[in-house]
Amino acid sequence: MKYLDEYRDPAAANKLRQALKTATTRPWTIMEVCGGQTHTIVKYGIDELLPPGIELVHGPGCPVCVTPLELIDKAIAIASQPEVIFCSFGDMLRVPGSRRDLFGVKAAGGDIRIVYSPLDCLRIAEQNPARTVVFFAVGFETTAPANAMAVWQAKRRGFKNFAVLVSHVLVPPAMTAILASPTNRVQGFLGAGHVCSVMGYEEYEPLADRFGIPIVITGFEPLDLLEGVYRCVRMLEEGRRGVENQYARAVQRQGNAAALRLIRDVFEVTDRKWRGIGTIPQSGFRLSSAYAEFDAERRFAVEGVQVAESSVCISGQILQGLKKPHDCPVFGKSCTPENPLGATMVSSEGACAAYYNYGRFRHPAPAATGKLEKVNV
Amino acid sequence: MCLGIPGKVTETYREHDMLMGKVDFGGVFKRVCLEHVPESKIGDYVIVHVGFALSRIDEGEARQIFNFLEGMNELGELQLGGPDEVPR
Amino acid sequence: MSKVIDFDQLSCPVPLSNYEHVLLGHGSGGRLTADLIQRLFLPAFGNEILSALEDQATVSLSGMNGLRAPRLAFTTDSFVVRPIFFPGGDIGKLAVHGTVNDLAVGGAKPLFLSAAFILEEGLAMVDLRRIVSSMREACALAEISLVTGDTKVVDRGKGDQIFIATSGIGIVPDGRALSIRAARPGDRILVSGTIGDHGIAIMSVREGIEFETVLESDSAPLTDLTRVMLEACPGIRCMRDPTRGGLSSALNELAVASGVGVELHEASIPLRPEVRGACEMLGLDPLYVANEGKLIAVAPPADADRLLEVMRSHPLGRNAAIIGEVVEDHLGMVTMHSVVGGERVVTMLAGEQLPRIC
Repeated sequence: MKYLDEYRDPAAANKLRQALKTATTRPWTIMEVCGGQTHTIVKYGIDELLPPGIELVHGPGCPVCVTPLELIDKAIAIASQPEVIFCSFGDMLRVPGSRRDLFGVKAAGGDIRIVYSPLDCLRIAEQNPARTVVFFAVGFETTAPANAMAVWQAKRRGFKNFAVLVSHVLVPPAMTAILASPTNRVQGFLGAGHVCSVMGYEEYEPLADRFGIPIVITGFEPLDLLEGVYRCVRMLEEGRRGVENQYARAVQRQGNAAALRLIRDVFEVTDRKWRGIGTIPQSGFRLSSAYAEFDAERRFAVEGVQVAESSVCISGQILQGLKKPHDCPVFGKSCTPENPLGATMVSSEGACAAYYNYGRFRHPAPAATGKLEKVNV
Repeated sequence: MCLGIPGKVTETYREHDMLMGKVDFGGVFKRVCLEHVPESKIGDYVIVHVGFALSRIDEGEARQIFNFLEGMNELGELQLGGPDEVPR
Repeated sequence: MSKVIDFDQLSCPVPLSNYEHVLLGHGSGGRLTADLIQRLFLPAFGNEILSALEDQATVSLSGMNGLRAPRLAFTTDSFVVRPIFFPGGDIGKLAVHGTVNDLAVGGAKPLFLSAAFILEEGLAMVDLRRIVSSMREACALAEISLVTGDTKVVDRGKGDQIFIATSGIGIVPDGRALSIRAARPGDRILVSGTIGDHGIAIMSVREGIEFETVLESDSAPLTDLTRVMLEACPGIRCMRDPTRGGLSSALNELAVASGVGVELHEASIPLRPEVRGACEMLGLDPLYVANEGKLIAVAPPADADRLLEVMRSHPLGRNAAIIGEVVEDHLGMVTMHSVVGGERVVTMLAGEQLPRIC
């Protein structure tokens, strides 16, 4: 497949490895924000290919993992109502709520449907005028244009039986929060390539400047990740700060104008709670007032359930890059993909599931020469 | 996040007042919304995420990494010129 | 930016350890299915033959009443595929070939088939006729006779159109003892052709994720292929048909049963471009996608090349390949060397593989 195969070429990967090896003279800690990048790294064993001393930590780039517990419970409550057809991307169905997951709701009789595109929901709404179709609109900025289009179309075409449960989160506030934390270890970032193909990367420049770090906007194939790490290491070695664009074939600095116009019409920025982290101000989207009639939270008036926090799951520290999955005492034992304790194990993008499924619990990556700081919990 | 895959636009049409396309992913074809990449033409490659094209692939930029690696070949060692920086 | 975020809040739900209801994942051929078998079915019925968990049970009637009798292979299977008509076949064709193949990969000659039909009130007779006709053709192709059957009808709404349950009987030649416990370090793993075709063909017509493709299910009887393979290479340790759960489930089960490790090479695994394209688009891993009309074989190293040649000269083995080997490391686990050189573990799927957005 064009634009995929070339970026998986073993000879090219090897050359990048060598370049990286030559360029690296000191240990560095780099975070890749995006769950899709984590997936590739672990699937292709890329962290094994890096020179010792380069440590990749996995950030909170998994919208499935960071969707708050309360929202999962709301989704479950809505999906359990008999007149509802609840539509979702596949990723969300196994995320545990307080008592069960959406698969459990399906098993108990709920009408839960997997969709590929948000527009599929409109078709279902059209075919089922007596039922209410609710779509779980989850994602980072990447998915916002698609979700926005579904809502915009619904309004334009006068749908009365369609609503969305919004759980959008934004990358820059999360990165800012991580960088501002006193326990931060991250020295450079691989920016989320597809988020930036929508949003552009202008908003990362002040971030790089303020914290004095390199941010390399990176793609998702093995060569992209190797080149992203290479360019980040070059900047770190040379003491350069700022934003570079490794994924220039799909990302422009100003982003996608058409998508941005739509997003700014349908959504507005709001505070959001991140599972495993807490509330980060101005870090999410909600529907703007012009589209309030499509807000499932308002239409169904579901109250969230407050849940006692468990102390065993360290999803929070993993999402912030402070720990690796194999640092967790229950990783692979009482917490596995079939029996997940936390969101990072459920989502196939979550760091724990990625590690488990690709087996790092047997082959832990060699420790970076920089030691992990002890964190007081 | 963000599974986005390159596919080739083989047809364009309008539906519900949206620009749509039939996109080819190695022999499987999916109907994709092209509203956000309205300049797409037949033969272009676009990155598709959840049934929406997010950007058109720039052929020239796509070759950059391979030019860089070839440069390494010729010198027989690491090319020392820094990659392009973002002007600030 | 005003205040620093306090990161020391942990957030974790109450663990889900017991499902109160059967989930779809329990039928997907992965770890949930395995758990159900281990925790519910085996303890209830516990006997040596069942506990071996081969694709078919090899039973001997010799010694009863002074009988000398050939060994029988006995298998059962059930078919619930949706939609019931799909590119390349239908539920009936699948039922015949699927049962035949369970026997054939055990080295048996399939002889007799039973079929029980559970029909939903309201199923169109023309559809039933089509399925039965398809089964007749499949039996002829597989040289097997359907010798007994049953029919039940359930109320409308209580049984999604049609389910088919089958049993099959075949004869196992003396001295043949293929088993999933027989793999040894050094053995080679072969696959008879491209993987993922069936599962992706089904997915292409599945509501919510449908897409256009020329891809068809590869459902086919493997009797003749297995016959030529065993004639050329009687030392084959084991063959399996990787249906639900894909290559991964079949190889993981083998690794555990034989107490060995398995290493695969991503670059060697035959894959059609359409299957690849669909998997990339939906975020699926072809190793977990169901196959029909395909088999994997474990062969001693000295025989592997010859076996490959024999397979490739058969119409159902044109794209056969050696995809990996059995090793002494990481016992019970399957790993894969990626095209760019790193290694990963191919774990057993927990439940169903779902399309993803991440």
